[in-house]
Amino acid sequence: MSIEYTSSEMMTVTAARALENGMTCFVGIGLPSEAANLARLTHAPDVVLIYESGTLQTRPEVLPLSIGDGELAESALTTVAVPEMFRYWLQGGKISVGFLGTAQIDRYANLNTTLIGDYHDPKVRLPGGGGAPEIATNAGEVFITLKHSKRAFVKDVDFVTTLGFGRDGKGRDGVPNIGKGPTRVITDLCVMKPDPETKELTVVSLHPGVSREDVCDATGWEIRFAGELASTPEPSAHELEILRELKERTERQHAGE
Amino acid sequence: MAEFLSLHDAVARYVEDGATVAMEGFTHLIPFAAGHEVIRQKKRDLTLIRMTPDLIYDQLIGAGCAKKVIFSWGGNPGVGSLHRLRDAVEKGWPRQIEILEHSHAAMACAFEAGAAGLPLAVLRGYVGSELPNVNDQIKFIECPFTGERLAAVPAVRPDVSIVHAQKADRKGNVLVEGIVGVQKEAVLAAAKSIVTVEEIVEDLIAEPDYHPNACIIPGWAIDAIAVAEKGALPSYAHGYYPRNNRFYKEWDAIARDRDAFTRWLDENVFHQDDKPAGGEA
Repeated sequence: MSIEYTSSEMMTVTAARALENGMTCFVGIGLPSEAANLARLTHAPDVVLIYESGTLQTRPEVLPLSIGDGELAESALTTVAVPEMFRYWLQGGKISVGFLGTAQIDRYANLNTTLIGDYHDPKVRLPGGGGAPEIATNAGEVFITLKHSKRAFVKDVDFVTTLGFGRDGKGRDGVPNIGKGPTRVITDLCVMKPDPETKELTVVSLHPGVSREDVCDATGWEIRFAGELASTPEPSAHELEILRELKERTERQHAGE
Repeated sequence: MAEFLSLHDAVARYVEDGATVAMEGFTHLIPFAAGHEVIRQKKRDLTLIRMTPDLIYDQLIGAGCAKKVIFSWGGNPGVGSLHRLRDAVEKGWPRQIEILEHSHAAMACAFEAGAAGLPLAVLRGYVGSELPNVNDQIKFIECPFTGERLAAVPAVRPDVSIVHAQKADRKGNVLVEGIVGVQKEAVLAAAKSIVTVEEIVEDLIAEPDYHPNACIIPGWAIDAIAVAEKGALPSYAHGYYPRNNRFYKEWDAIARDRDAFTRWLDENVFHQDDKPAGGEA
């Protein structure tokens, strides 16, 4: 009696379930935004969503294409200037969760959105840091969501745009006024958490139908698995319905303009 | 005191070759019409500052106006790369440009410090990031009171800032509504400022939707105001027209190819005095 769903839907629903009522979430564009709004439209109607464009407590009908779409301001409780956003609300310690995507992530959950290759002779130039470097250190904790692949999950990122736990896993040790950092990474195959001691990412839950080999094949280092490996609960019919409606509304609006 | 000029005259008077220019608007109210006027007047060797270069700087870079770009997120939002920016950085076309990249928090603080007349901005930033290794404008200082290590970046002090806003009144007071980004900071941080607006009204304070906490930049803090109807397209103007998301997607194919880009520039910028380029709202 199972429901049909894609691995992307599995990822979004699992990422959405990480958010709860009572959290204030600084939302990155793309997959995090999709997950955060699904959470708001299902089990966490009171989760507070904040985007770096200055929109506080926003409730968009459709997913924004850019971080500053009009929809975000129109459905927000209030909209503040960008310096206020970063200084008072983020740096001031009012954000419990930063929800980020990334191009590359390594075993210590460092994020690279700057470039592939050498800085002065890049193979691929990526957009850069944006809000992420300070979201990752000033938010209480960080959730990360992205698709699992060997290109994305590398042993060492080419460039640390945004701190996970540093190149040796000790990047947050002894730093005052810093958040816990990444506490979970949600992909289309599994959920990972940093090892409490070494901070190396460890698989704690496999999505239904995914094997250990699938995860190993899509990861660029010898990934560890928790002793007690859980099975991620499947999406419910309700979650899938809300997610599909949200994506349809979004596509219709973005195609129409 | 703000002077009412044509967009042509405002750009001709205040944007000089070699100037440091900030054209702000955080995905909203991006001053495209003014950017196109800068391209038409063939300004050269500009240092362009903007948190999110967006299509506007992709166009200025592709047109050969820039020698240096200072930014914190250089993509086409929700679509992908800025191909003209990448072509200039990776292949030096149409000329080699220098880039200096920050995080959003640092740039927002740097604009604010510029507006506040300070030489630097201090923030709890760049912890563990490798950006300080490639940007010599990021330093660390010790708090004299607590000893905490904090990041410091120089204030943004442009020669000229250009922003777009909804409306100005006869005295040159400007109203900015919706996502206000760092527009006010950009204007106050700059030696000279140009504000383009959708329309001119008699008196902002007499407008039916006036509010005492509205974001208003007084006319005496602005140098030039120029009317540029639909001047933010293909970005949007809250209360006037929506973002042309379709154009943002189409831009990917145009900007990917040097010839397609050059054709687009010829047809939509060089031969379109003051008309909005970027589709209809």
